[in-house]
Amino acid sequence: MYTRRRIVNAINLIGSVLAMGIGLAWLFWILFTLFSKGFGGMNLALFTQMTPAPDENGGLLNAIAGSIAMVTIATAIGTPVGIMAGTYLAEFGQRGWLAPVTRFINDILLSAPSIVIGLFVYTVYVARVGHFSGWAGVLALSLIVIPVVVRTTEDMLRLIPNSLREAAAALGAPHWKIITLVTWRASKAGILTGILLAIARISGETAPLLFTALNNQFWSVDMNRPMANLPVVIFQFAMSPYEYWQELAWAGALLITLSVLALNIIARFFLRKHEQINQ
Amino acid sequence: MNEIPDMANNAKVTIHDLDFFYAKYHALKSINMAITKNKVTAFIGPSGCGKSTLLRTFNRMYQLYPSQEAKGKIIMDSRNILDAKQDLNILRAKVGMVFQKPTPFPMSIFDNVAFGVKLYEPLKRNELAERVEWALDKAALWDEVKDKLQHSGTSLSGGQQQRLCIARTIAVKPEVVLLDEPTSALDPISTARIEDLIFTLKQDYTIVIVTHNMQQAARVSDYTAYMYLGELIEFGNTDTIFTTPKQRATEDYITGKFG
Amino acid sequence: MHVNYTNQSNSGAFSLPDKRMAKIHAPSQLKRQLFYDLLFRGATWIFTLIVLILLTGLVVSLVIGSLPAVKAFGFNFLISGEWNPVTEQFGGLVPIIGTLVTSIIALSIGIPISFGIALFLTELSPPWLRQPLGTAIELLAGIPSIIYGMWGLFVFAPLFAKTGQPWLQDTVGQIPGIDFLFAGAFMGIGTLTAGIILAIMVIPFIAAVMRDVFAVVPSMLKESAYASGATTWEVIWHVVIPYTRIGMVGGIMLGLGRALGETMAVTFVIGNAHQLHASLFMPGNSIASALANEFTEADGELYTAALIELGLILFLITFIVLACSKILLLQLRKRDGDIS
Repeated sequence: MYTRRRIVNAINLIGSVLAMGIGLAWLFWILFTLFSKGFGGMNLALFTQMTPAPDENGGLLNAIAGSIAMVTIATAIGTPVGIMAGTYLAEFGQRGWLAPVTRFINDILLSAPSIVIGLFVYTVYVARVGHFSGWAGVLALSLIVIPVVVRTTEDMLRLIPNSLREAAAALGAPHWKIITLVTWRASKAGILTGILLAIARISGETAPLLFTALNNQFWSVDMNRPMANLPVVIFQFAMSPYEYWQELAWAGALLITLSVLALNIIARFFLRKHEQINQ
Repeated sequence: MNEIPDMANNAKVTIHDLDFFYAKYHALKSINMAITKNKVTAFIGPSGCGKSTLLRTFNRMYQLYPSQEAKGKIIMDSRNILDAKQDLNILRAKVGMVFQKPTPFPMSIFDNVAFGVKLYEPLKRNELAERVEWALDKAALWDEVKDKLQHSGTSLSGGQQQRLCIARTIAVKPEVVLLDEPTSALDPISTARIEDLIFTLKQDYTIVIVTHNMQQAARVSDYTAYMYLGELIEFGNTDTIFTTPKQRATEDYITGKFG
Repeated sequence: MHVNYTNQSNSGAFSLPDKRMAKIHAPSQLKRQLFYDLLFRGATWIFTLIVLILLTGLVVSLVIGSLPAVKAFGFNFLISGEWNPVTEQFGGLVPIIGTLVTSIIALSIGIPISFGIALFLTELSPPWLRQPLGTAIELLAGIPSIIYGMWGLFVFAPLFAKTGQPWLQDTVGQIPGIDFLFAGAFMGIGTLTAGIILAIMVIPFIAAVMRDVFAVVPSMLKESAYASGATTWEVIWHVVIPYTRIGMVGGIMLGLGRALGETMAVTFVIGNAHQLHASLFMPGNSIASALANEFTEADGELYTAALIELGLILFLITFIVLACSKILLLQLRKRDGDIS
């Protein structure tokens, strides 16, 4: 009887170790694939030349620049909107209808499929103006950023003990100064984590860009025209039958994964700092 | 205030028929009392008796929370501070408060102390620096932090943080200082330092302290109020309350038969 | 009042500058602060309203955009498998089933592995390994989905066709009753492959939630079970699992929400065929990948509307799943609140 119990125990624990091994193996397998297939394409041309025609040499410069531009602008739009709305939810949202309704909708959108967001931007913007554009891509990406920032801002502000607000109020500070000088500061690292994770997420997003920014084989800084971006270029090149395009796609994939993982690790660092302060 | 006739003349704050509600819960019942200028008044009583609630009406801290409400009058310098017209920020600049747990702001030690000052006084750089030094000195913290004013306020020890909060409170030169169990989270040595501090501060300020520690009340206060279930049971000279209390309930609490 | 200033005992060492009081009471300064307060509050209110309008607009626009298709096909859209842009006959059955089947495969592979990982991280791992291993699993969640798709198409699918699929057909494919699931040629890509790739993608999400809920089991509860002579597995089976059941289901729902809406990874490997096959080896389609592949090329109002209606259906399915997960996790929190 006891032997049987021990055997059951051992089998299940071995299963657990195996599961852990499988998880890790997958991570390393994917990373290994990326490095072995993408590292060869990592050269100067990648960063200095435009996306080529199938039979020419080239790089990913316009896609990299387009991605950076769209991600930067989307973050610049989404972050303040998200922080302000999150602040309302946490600091002023005790009364009235706006806060609970917004919180509910925001939570749904937080985990809604990103392709649906692309559909939305297509129907309300791209279909109206009649062409794909960088701005449409920015709009779609900022709609992904906003719910994340709203949520983290609210959560982080709620973690601030009320005694800190009371202490500032007890000195006669008006409400807006309590928030801007004390509570925002106290939750700075936490909110920053949220923003970084949001950036990491939109950097790799492909689906919402398919119907919005689309792609552009050439250099373009006109946000009002279709705009090249890494994820869509990777998608199109990877699905193409041309070997050179596929090589470029792998190099781009390695680039994007490394940036996203770096952002994740930096975000984690800030989160840990935040936790240390709050202890 | 029949029990202590000598208080009326020197009252900084007088409370008239004060009732307090947490939504429906009636937390303070018809409180009448006077807080004497430049003395230390202590509120004691078992947990939930309303002593902290009473303290938080003096700077209307309860107004941060929509469901809390005070009725009655609290007269400070011949003005009813519960009046809707009373500007809250000004009231709070006049009535400072130190909390149970240290609440250093996430900024440097210097900025912590300067925070309240900068809100109301457009001081020059050196004047501000002087004020910060003065406040830190008053709070008996200057010697320990003078070399690290730019360090974060959260890097100090618990006792130092609490003295930093006291410095921050007196830096704005309030008239009344409210202490809400200021030593309950501190070790005995830090507690002793803060009690010493209270003793020196009362020359300049009117001090009200809430404490669950009766020895502390006996050590630092001039007047003591015993509260129970939202009512003021007995109020008078600290010596009298602790040696010859008039009420049986007070005696039971003080001698440890109850509470 | 009884305030008597002649008795003031303020010493010379501390005198309150009257100038300051005058400044404090300056009405203009006061009004300005009140105005700023109002302004700040108003600004946050307006931004909240903007967020609300944007997000509500998203849902409303999907409904409006899909109206032509809803009018044309009605309820039939849900049960018809026909998808013919030439004759403009559209039914969503194939992608809807594809989405559901791939998600079910993903969960049936992902749940046991996630459970094992969470178990390892909370109960078995030496403390110094917990943090790095946990981070590694979380990084798996950070990899962009397009990478999973490429890896699935170029690395996993060929290998799967050569070894995995024949092996499956020879083993579980021989069991009468479910043998039809594993019939057909070994193409590598197809519904099963999509499900497996999705499984890798949901594992970090489910494992993270499970680890967090395992961690809240009071150690006293576990210790008292160990004290009565239970093995590690018995403690997990009889104490940890019953205690965390709701949280685990919440985490699984969260993973399901992700699997349903995942686009790029599935698009690469599912095969994008608008046909219903019994075999999991055959190519299929999911809502998200149908959208990704066809939307930019859709001409004609009805075609576009049908695709948008698919998007709306996807949104509704994920909404229901996520709402369930939220309610469950909320219940858990409430219960924990009662205990502590």
